[in-house]
Amino acid sequence: MKLLTRYMPLAVTLLACAFLLVPTLQSVLAGITANYFRGLSSGLTLKWVGEVWGLYADSILLSIWLALACLAVTLLIGVPAAYALARAPGRLSRVLEEFISLPLAIPGLALALALLQLYGAQQGFRAHWSFILVGHVLYTLPFMVRAVQAVLAAIDLKTLEEGAASLGAPPWRRFVDIVVPNALPGILAGSLTVVTLSIGEFNLTWMLHTPLLKTLPVGLADSYASMRLEIASAYTLVFFVMIVPLLMAMQWATARAQRILS
Amino acid sequence: MTLTLTCVAKTYGSGPRALHPTDLRIETGEILSLLGPSGCGKTTLLRLIAGLEEADPGAEIRFGDEDVTHLPVERRHIGMVFQSYALFPNMSVRDNIGYGLRMQRLPRAEIRSRVEEVIALCRLEPYADRAITALSGGQRQRVALARAFAPRPRIMLLDEPLSALDAALRLALRDELAALLRSFGTTVIFVTHDQDEALAISDRVAVMEAGQIRQIGTPEELYRAPRSPFVAEFVGHAMPLAGARRVGGLHLAGGILPLPAEAGPGPVYVRAEDLRLDPHGPLRACVDSVTFLGTHYRLGLSALTDQRLYALHHGQSAPRVGEAVTLSIAPEALICLPL
Repeated sequence: MKLLTRYMPLAVTLLACAFLLVPTLQSVLAGITANYFRGLSSGLTLKWVGEVWGLYADSILLSIWLALACLAVTLLIGVPAAYALARAPGRLSRVLEEFISLPLAIPGLALALALLQLYGAQQGFRAHWSFILVGHVLYTLPFMVRAVQAVLAAIDLKTLEEGAASLGAPPWRRFVDIVVPNALPGILAGSLTVVTLSIGEFNLTWMLHTPLLKTLPVGLADSYASMRLEIASAYTLVFFVMIVPLLMAMQWATARAQRILS
Repeated sequence: MTLTLTCVAKTYGSGPRALHPTDLRIETGEILSLLGPSGCGKTTLLRLIAGLEEADPGAEIRFGDEDVTHLPVERRHIGMVFQSYALFPNMSVRDNIGYGLRMQRLPRAEIRSRVEEVIALCRLEPYADRAITALSGGQRQRVALARAFAPRPRIMLLDEPLSALDAALRLALRDELAALLRSFGTTVIFVTHDQDEALAISDRVAVMEAGQIRQIGTPEELYRAPRSPFVAEFVGHAMPLAGARRVGGLHLAGGILPLPAEAGPGPVYVRAEDLRLDPHGPLRACVDSVTFLGTHYRLGLSALTDQRLYALHHGQSAPRVGEAVTLSIAPEALICLPL
């Protein structure tokens, strides 16, 4: 009985881990197995990973490009927006904040549909990568604003700025010298979140993409649907290699920002 | 730099006036403190001078010959020390001190030599390359002072610069701050709610209450010749002697106090240190409480007036609670206020 109570939690934990890890490992293994239907005895190979690169290099590069562009836009809009919200905490600011956060509550599909209705007729824009970018920015902006705003709310921004002003700093210098450096932990956490979400985003992108503009997750769906299992699995492997380091960096940056908040 | 304020007032939104129209002139090199309880408008007045708040229409603020009423804070060339110091956590001590000089776009070499000079003046050499977070409260206070002073401001403004420190440190730093401010030689305006601080540091003190300057004068003037009950009570904790004016002097519950001939008809006040135990004194009181404070005893006295009074007693022993004592007050120690 005593033995049971001691080892029960461990057993449950291990089972839960196995439940999550076994399919993942299986999928990864499938991606480097020469012939999945004959099993591991057929030998290990990187051939399928090579095939993925050959077939989907464009998707991988497009995703990276979109993530970076999305990051640039959310930084440009999100940091000043968070600053403005932190400087004027009032009812209007809270309403605006909710408004910015709205895309979090609305399903990506609905958001995509709205974008298609609004801009679908403009052929040049519709078929351009910037159309997907608009969707990604809408979806990731609240994460940037929230992350920066939380850090800004934790420091006595008003007095720091008054201090800089008393020393002769005009408003833009105060923003560059005081606000941005002190918000950096939040900006870093927000940036990693935005890049990770943008690379992994599927719902919106699936609706917005054109056959010539497939992002990493859209390509993954495509490979599942139309390629042999080994290629799809190798694709998953590529996806993991890209997203896992980002996720880890995001965790680290968020923990770092949290330390400053406390 | 002389500072001249004419009809400076401030109203926040549609609320009551935080500062009633105020005129004030401060001479070059003078150290003036604004003393008063919280909410008296002293910080508002300081922020108006700094340019961090905009005065109500009709005000005029002049630094020397220049009208700065409508200049924003960053163009007033002031040095300000904030209550929380507002040091930039993203910069080292050295960079904090150099920030104002960088804003003036001085040549690099000049900034460096000026920063070193101020660091030496404020004795911050051992901490110059530290992060702000690695400093103690007293060190932060000196960095804030050095940072405000480095760009050679026309006027230094200090908002309760000692209140963030603990009591023991505050006393030690008070004299150090006074000496540093003297060595700077600039005009200084200093906000505090602590009368000891105001008396110790300033050339003149402006006592404020309810958005108005009640009295302005040297520390000695304010202490010895207050002109209103508020100033008498706030500076030096004078206590009212409530009684009837009749033949022979002031008739109190505990006896008749002879008044000096020149005393006017106004209220009479006395300080605890001037109320003396005297076997031949004209006043009688009952000891309510005895508090031993090291250098002296503090006696609570009832039955002298209808209010409890305090007397400071220097001596090896003190009367016991419940004992009756006789007291006297030297005529020159009485504070006779105008009506």
